[in-house]
Amino acid sequence: MAVQTTYDFDMMLSSAREAYGEELLAMAQEGEEFVFCYSDNVAESTKAGQMIKQFPDRCFNFGIAEPDEVGASAGLALSGLTVFSQVFGPFLPLRAADQIHTDIAYNDVKVRLIGTHSGVTAAGGPTHNDIADLALYRAIPNLTVCVPADAGQCKKIIRASMDYEGPMIIRIDRAGSPNVYADDNYEYEIGKAIETIAGDDVTIISTGSNIYECMMASKKLAEEGISAGVIDMHTIKPLDTDAIIKYANKTGNVVTVEDHSINGGLGGAVAETLCEAGFGGKFKRIGMPDVFSVLGSPDDIYHFYGMDRDGIYKTIKEML
Amino acid sequence: MATIDMNRVKELDDKCLKIRKDLLNFIYRIGMGHLGGELSIVEMAVALYYEYMNWDPKDVKNPDRDRFLLSKGHCSETLYTIFQDMGNYTMDYMVEHFETLDTAKFGMHSNRKYVPEIEISAGSLGHGLPIAVGYALGARYQKKNYRVIVMVGDGEFQEGTNWEALMAGGHYQLNNLVCILDKNKVQMTGHTRDVMNIDPVKDKVEAFGWNVIEVEDGNDVKQCLEALNKIPERDYAKRSKPTFIINNTVKGKGVDFMEDNYKWHGGGIAKEQLDEALADVEKNRMVR
Repeated sequence: MAVQTTYDFDMMLSSAREAYGEELLAMAQEGEEFVFCYSDNVAESTKAGQMIKQFPDRCFNFGIAEPDEVGASAGLALSGLTVFSQVFGPFLPLRAADQIHTDIAYNDVKVRLIGTHSGVTAAGGPTHNDIADLALYRAIPNLTVCVPADAGQCKKIIRASMDYEGPMIIRIDRAGSPNVYADDNYEYEIGKAIETIAGDDVTIISTGSNIYECMMASKKLAEEGISAGVIDMHTIKPLDTDAIIKYANKTGNVVTVEDHSINGGLGGAVAETLCEAGFGGKFKRIGMPDVFSVLGSPDDIYHFYGMDRDGIYKTIKEML
Repeated sequence: MATIDMNRVKELDDKCLKIRKDLLNFIYRIGMGHLGGELSIVEMAVALYYEYMNWDPKDVKNPDRDRFLLSKGHCSETLYTIFQDMGNYTMDYMVEHFETLDTAKFGMHSNRKYVPEIEISAGSLGHGLPIAVGYALGARYQKKNYRVIVMVGDGEFQEGTNWEALMAGGHYQLNNLVCILDKNKVQMTGHTRDVMNIDPVKDKVEAFGWNVIEVEDGNDVKQCLEALNKIPERDYAKRSKPTFIINNTVKGKGVDFMEDNYKWHGGGIAKEQLDEALADVEKNRMVR
C-alpha cells in the first residue's frame, strides 16, 4: 500500500526538533524509563525544555562540553539506563568523534545521540555547518544512523529506539520543515527505505527534510511527463541496499539529494552500492560541494548549490 | 574509619610481589605490554580488588558491585594478571587467547565485551573520567550505593576531557565518584613535568570542587588502603564533593632498570631482562 504523502497538499510546516522533545516528554509521562542529557542549547520554551522542567531528576545538563556529555552518556548507559543525549549539530561529530567511536559504539551502549541543526540548517556559516557527520558515522562500526524526514517520522524513530538494541544517532534539522507524510498511518522500520513516490524515469534517493524538496521537484517534472520516484532513505546505516538496487534498476537513472557534503554521505553510499551491483545507468549526487559554504539563510544556500526543488529539477532535466 | 590490620597488609604485600612476578612473566610470554605503568599501579589495584571494593570475582556482573574503570586502558595486563590470580583464568589461557585475531579474549587495550571483569573498553586516553561521571549519576538516579572508581594516568591527565569531567563531577556533587590519579610522573617520551606539566594538580582539582587526598607513596599498599578508607560513607542520597586521590607512584616500580625510565612505557621484555626483573622485584619488595 502506498504511503500518504503531502505531495498533493499545501505545505504543512512542522518541526522534527520540537517533535523529539514532544515524544520524550510523552514517553516520560507514560512512565517509560530513560534519562536525557543535553548541552547548553535546549530552550525552556521547547518540549524538551518542558521535559527538563517536569522531570529534573532524569535530565542532566553538561554545559558546553560535548565530549564530556557523550562520554557521560555512555557511563549512564553502562549503569543500566537508556539514554537520549542531545548535542548541537556539528559539535556532535566534530568535537565528540572519539567519544562516539569509543565510548558509544565500541563500548556498545544504549545511547541515542540526537544531533540537532543538521547540515546547513543552523545558518551561521561553516563553523555551524554539520556536513561531515554522515561520512564519519558511516565508517564507525556498530552505529545505527537515522534521519527523520519530518516531525511525525522523528517521533516514530524516537519510539522505535526504545526497543532497539545498540547505539544510535538521530540526525535532526533545525526547525520548520514541511511534512513529508500526511499522517502517521504507515509502517516505519529502522533500516527499511520507504517509496514515497513511485517513478518510472528517474529515482531520487534522499534523506531528512530534503525529501520534501525532492517531491516538489518530482511534481514539477510530472508536469512535463517525467516520472520521478522519491525514496525516503531515513536510515543511513544499516543501509537498505536492496531498495537502492531495486529502485535504481527500475528507472535506470539515479539522483541522490542530501544536506551533507557530497563526499562520503548518502550519495557516496548509494554510489558504492550501485557500482558494486553493476548498475550501468546514469548517476548524480546533489548536496554540498567540497567547499566551505557561502554565507546566507539555509533556503538561500540550498538554492545556491542546487539542492532545492529547482536545482533538483534542473539536474534531472540535464541528466535525462 | 576502618583500622588497618597489619597482618592483612603483609598478606597484601605478598600479593603485590606475586602480581608483579606474574605480570612480568605474562608480558614476557605475550611479547608486548606497558610495563612502566602496569608496575606503578600494582599496589592500588591490589588494595582495590583484594580489600577495598565490594567485588566478587565469581559474580562480576553483580548489580551492586563497586565499579573500577581503568581509563589508562593500556595497563590492562595488570588487571588480567589479578583476575588470573583470583582464579578466573589460567596464565596459559590468557597467553593462548592474547591478540589471536578471532579467537582473542585479551588485548593490549581492555575490552569489556571480551573480558567480563573489565568495566569499560578503553585505550584512547581521557575517556574514563567522563564515563565515570555518567556512571555515578546513573547510580545515584537508580538509588544504588555502589562506588564508581576510575583510575587515570598523569600523562593522560593532559587530555582536556578530564577537565570537562572534573567540572561536571564537582557541579553534580558526586560523592559516589572516586578518581585515582596514578602519578608515576613519566609518560611515553619523558617526564610529565617536561612534556606538559599538570602541576600543581592538587590545587587545580580542589578548585574544581573535589576533595583531594594525597598518597605520599602509592606503591605502599598500606598507604593506599589508608587513602581509600578516607572516602566518604556510601549514601546515594547525599551530595558532597567527589574524591580525588593523587597516588604518587614510580613508573616501572620494583625493577631497577625500568624505574622512572620513559623507555619502559611500552614494549616487550627479553629473557635475560625478565630474569633480572624477577630478581629485582624480589630484592625491592616491601619489608615492614
